[in-house]
Amino acid sequence: MTDTFIIDIADLQKNYDGVEAVRGLNLQVPAGSICGFLGRNGAGKTTTIKILLGMARATSGQAHVFGLRTDLQESSVDIRRRTGFVSDDKDLYGYFTVDEMIRFTAAFFPRWRPDLEQRYRRSFGLPADRRIKALSRGTRTKLALLLALCRGAELLILDEPTSGLDPAMTEEVLQALVSHVAGEELTVFFSSHQIPEVDQIADRVAIIHAGRLVLSGALDDLRENFRRIQLVFDGDAPVALFRSPGVERMDRKGRELTVLSSAGAEGVVAEARALNPISVEVAPVTLKEIFLETVSKED
Amino acid sequence: MLLRPNPSSGVPIYLQLMEQVKHGIETGALRPGEQLPGIRPLAEELVINPNTVAKAYRELEHEGVIELRHGAGAFVSRNARAKGATDKLRAAQTIITTAVEQLRKRGVTDEEIRRLFEAVLSGLNRTGGNGD
Repeated sequence: MTDTFIIDIADLQKNYDGVEAVRGLNLQVPAGSICGFLGRNGAGKTTTIKILLGMARATSGQAHVFGLRTDLQESSVDIRRRTGFVSDDKDLYGYFTVDEMIRFTAAFFPRWRPDLEQRYRRSFGLPADRRIKALSRGTRTKLALLLALCRGAELLILDEPTSGLDPAMTEEVLQALVSHVAGEELTVFFSSHQIPEVDQIADRVAIIHAGRLVLSGALDDLRENFRRIQLVFDGDAPVALFRSPGVERMDRKGRELTVLSSAGAEGVVAEARALNPISVEVAPVTLKEIFLETVSKED
Repeated sequence: MLLRPNPSSGVPIYLQLMEQVKHGIETGALRPGEQLPGIRPLAEELVINPNTVAKAYRELEHEGVIELRHGAGAFVSRNARAKGATDKLRAAQTIITTAVEQLRKRGVTDEEIRRLFEAVLSGLNRTGGNGD
């Protein structure tokens, strides 16, 4: 049941001092995928990640990683042993040198991969003797990523891995991730505010809004199914009701009627013909537009 | 590089890759028997998900456009395009090129043309039209 998904979250709820940070979240991440975790600030992303890693306790509901319960001490240790985590603040020991930090971390992980360590030290250009507190934000991110990638993890959880990086460094980090996934049995779950990077490397996406999942699925399915249909009429656009499934939103403005569909355009276009529009246009909807639509809904 | 998908266009990346491979074959940029980049090198080069490349290759193989040889990689099929199909497509391309040129002359933008094409295609699919 739970072991078909690397991450399996059911009816998860988390209150902090009466504030509901997560309100009945359901989310599954299949093995081998790169899943982008999108949501506005305060949507519950970091809280969810903390619960997965046993750093916070759910108020109710269940979260499993590798089929193991996240709320039991023993299984949580096992989860963390098999998971690489890069937090938003990349907190590392500032007085360590890069070399010391790598040695220190490697000692905790029996499955540490010296081959990957050498590869990423080189490709990331990490200065072995520099103290961590003297590193730029980008270099620190790359070090944190190296530490996560080399432990032989089966799951990578990354909390905004590219925040604060310039475009060239972002591309380097994404490339390392893509290349790593191609070579290892690995699932990646990463939160991000950068929709272009989710578009680029994710094959699945989960959008969370106000503590609930509002959309999830294979990114290509979403791209294939979401359509914006724009109808223009001779006079004022009629107040129309579409029976086709998947109508997410309708906007009437003067002579225009715009329909957002999550189930292709055909049904809406066929129904629209009866309304005698003077023009019918269909356009694909980008992930950015899908995101903005789903997180601006009333809840 | 022949393959260059645009991840933010709203069109599935695997479909873009499939179209670009087919286009490459039709223009002769890819020849029958020619080897395509491996899944991993291509994913690394384009910085896209390897699963996406794998999906594009699987679908292309399913359509008989390429062959996946175990351990050896992906190759353009020897009979990727039967001659009739090539001729039909070439004729179609001429019609579309003419239409697009005329529309551009009338000041219709490429984006508008694209949307009109999509609208017409969606409408015809639904009514089972015969494309005249």
